[in-house]
Amino acid sequence: MAKELIRLENISKAFGDNLVLDNFNLTVNENEFITLLGPSGCGKTTTLRIVGGFETPDSGKVIFEGRDITQVPPNKRHINTVFQKYALFPHMSIEENIAFGLKVSKKSDAYIKDKVKYALKLVNLEGYEKRKIDSLSGGQQQRIAMARAIVNEPKVLLLDEPLGALDLKLRQEMQYELIRLKNELGITFIYVTHDQEEALTMSDKVVVMNDGRIQQMGSPEEIYNEPENAFVADFIGDSNIVDGIMVQDRVVKICGTIFDCVDEGFGKNKPVDVVIRPEDIILSKPGKGIMDGEVIHNVFIGVHYEMEVLAGGFEWLVQSTKSFPVGSKVSMRVDPDNIQIMHKPKSHDEEAIALDV
Amino acid sequence: MRKGLKGIYIGLVLLFLYLPIGTLMVLSFNEGRSMAAWTGFSLHWYEEMFKSRMIVDALYNTFMIAITAAVVATIIGLLACIGIQAMSNRSKNIMLGLNNIPLLNADIVIGISLMLTFLMFGISLKYETVLFSHITFCIPYVILSILPKYRQLSSSTYEAALDLGASKPYAFFKVMLPDLMPGVVSGFLLAFTMSVDDFVVTHFTRGAGINTISTLIYSQVKVGVRPTLYALSTVIFVLVLIILVTANIISNRKNR
Repeated sequence: MAKELIRLENISKAFGDNLVLDNFNLTVNENEFITLLGPSGCGKTTTLRIVGGFETPDSGKVIFEGRDITQVPPNKRHINTVFQKYALFPHMSIEENIAFGLKVSKKSDAYIKDKVKYALKLVNLEGYEKRKIDSLSGGQQQRIAMARAIVNEPKVLLLDEPLGALDLKLRQEMQYELIRLKNELGITFIYVTHDQEEALTMSDKVVVMNDGRIQQMGSPEEIYNEPENAFVADFIGDSNIVDGIMVQDRVVKICGTIFDCVDEGFGKNKPVDVVIRPEDIILSKPGKGIMDGEVIHNVFIGVHYEMEVLAGGFEWLVQSTKSFPVGSKVSMRVDPDNIQIMHKPKSHDEEAIALDV
Repeated sequence: MRKGLKGIYIGLVLLFLYLPIGTLMVLSFNEGRSMAAWTGFSLHWYEEMFKSRMIVDALYNTFMIAITAAVVATIIGLLACIGIQAMSNRSKNIMLGLNNIPLLNADIVIGISLMLTFLMFGISLKYETVLFSHITFCIPYVILSILPKYRQLSSSTYEAALDLGASKPYAFFKVMLPDLMPGVVSGFLLAFTMSVDDFVVTHFTRGAGINTISTLIYSQVKVGVRPTLYALSTVIFVLVLIILVTANIISNRKNR
């Protein structure tokens, strides 16, 4: 059983009239890679800043190892942060940057030297001690910011969109690097990003946030395959979200066509939201599938073709390695497993209540 | 051709800027009292200058006031910037407006109003009133040169220092101040030169018998200009030049 490390209890925070966090609850376990994922303004960075001690919640508590640290200033918390724009100290050498925290806590010179060396080795920048910050590339600066945080052996490392400023290739490289670091160090990572791919690649647990509330929390697989509501489905990956009617258990009617599915317990003839991932739609020659349609758009984007198929009055996004030219008649089918049924939100308030429970 | 024209143009500009100072310097080494004729090289006027108790006192006063005023104004200005930066946007704009008004104000207005205020509160005019006045009019210049640097500074380096365990004062002195240093140095130099330069405010706020170079020259001009004043002006020019060059070299070295 995982041990609890941080617990956020009923946190609310407003900036002026803008309620950023609304009665927010979250538990982070030891040695967990947890990602707060959401669009900008959803409260994810504020959550991180509250854990780091840079913001004080209007109400609610932050519990760290069983102790209430809500009012403890950042310099007294055993937590370190990797900032969005690295926040390295420009007038110091790399060595001085990394040693900063150790110097503050009055460690011996020999210890500091060893630690700096070890940290640089950990981030694959051995021998960079004397270099200047502005002589480094973005990716290298990022690594130094990591090294500067981890030499202090924090229990928790907070990362605020640390890869946001890097190019795609470097970002992917750093993702693996981060996973490796986390496994080597055995500490808890709380990671903030708006990049869903990043969240799915690295995390043990993903927390999808919107409007200061948790929309869904779970493993990357759960979040991707079983989104609980339309927001999550839409935010995580591409998806087709369509109106459907749950005719009975395991049978759903979409755009006038009956599909088999695996969901139960929605009642009979209930309106529902249906999510189908574009890669789960299988195209074949007309008449071979369940619903016929016509390809109206086709773009090759590298890994696969991205097509739009007009069928049953809806434009379906379809991803397939097999190309069907624009204008060709096709037939669609979907495995019952890959049809995700969600309750329709009745109103915004009710949706909120349903999520809080 | 174009290159030649450019050269001539720059030459003319430099000539206008430096010819007067050059003339002054040359004449300060002139043996005779003439303003027009060169009668031979001599350090006579320099000797007379350094023998004159009045001039030496004025020199001392000028630089003591300038250095003290600049140091105090820089400290107050820096503290003011920290405060202003922490304010909400609205209060920040109000403070900046209040800061800019004395800058635009005519020296004569500042001088007379300071004098009136001192007298109204029963403070007799003396050395300290001059110093106080200089500090007062220097502060806005310091704020104006530090604040833009402060804005460039991302708040995240300060937060990063706190995050790494530093106390607030430690984070300020070790992390923020080094980044603000160019602004602090230029603020100090600006305050220093403003103070050395000042005549009007000093004139109205000084007590009897206290002279800075500018007030001394002013009172001597009424009697007739002696070449000792050329020598004095040359000494001031060279002193200020040395201070500015040294400060620039030091700050350049730090930046590297």
